Amino acid sequence: MTTQADISAEIAAISEQYAASGTTENGVRLDYPPYRSSLLRHPTKSPVQVDPEGIERWSPVFGERDVGPLESDLTIQRSGEPLGERIKVTGRVTDSDGRPVRRQLVEIWQANAGGRYVHQRDQHPAPLDPNFIGMGRCLTDDDGSYVFTTIKPGPYPWRNHHNAWRPAHIHFSLFGTDFTQRLVTQMYFPGDPLFALDPIYQSIVDPKARERLVATYDHDVTEAEWCTGYRWDIVLSGAAGTPLEEEHA
Amino acid sequence: MTTPGQTVGPFFAFGLEYDGDSALVPPGTPGAVRLFGRVLDGDGDPVPDALVELWQADAEGRVVQEPGSLRRDGHTFTGWGRAATDRTGTYSFTTLAPADPPYFALCLFARGLLDRLFTRAYLPGHQPEGPLSSLVATEDPHGYRFDIVLQGDGETVFLDHRRTQD
Ligand SMILES: [Fe+2]
Repeated sequence: MTTQADISAEIAAISEQYAASGTTENGVRLDYPPYRSSLLRHPTKSPVQVDPEGIERWSPVFGERDVGPLESDLTIQRSGEPLGERIKVTGRVTDSDGRPVRRQLVEIWQANAGGRYVHQRDQHPAPLDPNFIGMGRCLTDDDGSYVFTTIKPGPYPWRNHHNAWRPAHIHFSLFGTDFTQRLVTQMYFPGDPLFALDPIYQSIVDPKARERLVATYDHDVTEAEWCTGYRWDIVLSGAAGTPLEEEHA
Repeated sequence: MTTPGQTVGPFFAFGLEYDGDSALVPPGTPGAVRLFGRVLDGDGDPVPDALVELWQADAEGRVVQEPGSLRRDGHTFTGWGRAATDRTGTYSFTTLAPADPPYFALCLFARGLLDRLFTRAYLPGHQPEGPLSSLVATEDPHGYRFDIVLQGDGETVFLDHRRTQD
């Protein structure tokens, strides 16, 4: 049986190779063997470079018809209060030139405070919370800002290897102004002791790049007698029509 | 610096799927077509926990900028949808054939896939030249079929969109 020590050794070897390479990788690797499920699910050929055209330079539009104002509060979806630490998570969605992504859809989903998902295949023997579903949506405002009220999710075990645990995270799904900016990622919480052990987090081999997935605790977001607050800003790739040079300016 | 992606994971269904997600038009709509296919891994096994997103022009070639993809009103064609794969790795959309460009833009997510992948499914009869020539759906009694192979024999051509200036 593969142990955490085996996985940690693989992570360390890749990390050393990356450090020795002298290159900078800003994204996530598709081919990251310590995450066992990626072995047969990553392409082996390089993607073909194309100029985005027509439809790819636009995104679908979402509006008030799609998302109700209460859908951003994951603590009021059932008749009672969910268990756990009530938190607020807020931030801005911009493109890599700093332009806000306005009136665009943000979707989140997560485990409950005990680390259990409302999903029939989640077998983690932690209790379901009848008052917590764990999915929310909102539209960004004119400044590109989003805000969710939720419960801090717990870490949870998974079967990548023996005694594998995911650091606590919230899944985020984002749209930009172009189809090509589509992003699905995960937001983590500061100081999680499981970061070093987790092959999904570590699949972003550059330490600074993966830190961009970690929210910061923000006392200005925290509300007295109500909830603690986290801030997490999201930067989508540049929209088509933005010259590459500007991204590095 | 851009925010890196992460896998959609195994438990996205309750977060991302919704009623009507893959039905861009109601069944029975004149001109309705089915775009479907299987998502396969490097062993040729079906991927039952993938999610395909579709974005396309309408039947007149217009880029639609209408809300309502998440709560369809039954008559507005929004051009966007999503379809999770079933136990056999099959995804399926009910939609209209786009006029121009003559392809469905697709974005793929899956457990085990660490970042989204882009591709295009061209309509039969509109095979592109060059490196994208394999990206053509085949006409079949059930609709337009477009399988997505993540790895190995018949690996689908995935796209990296250049950033260009008009
Ligand atoms: Fe998760």
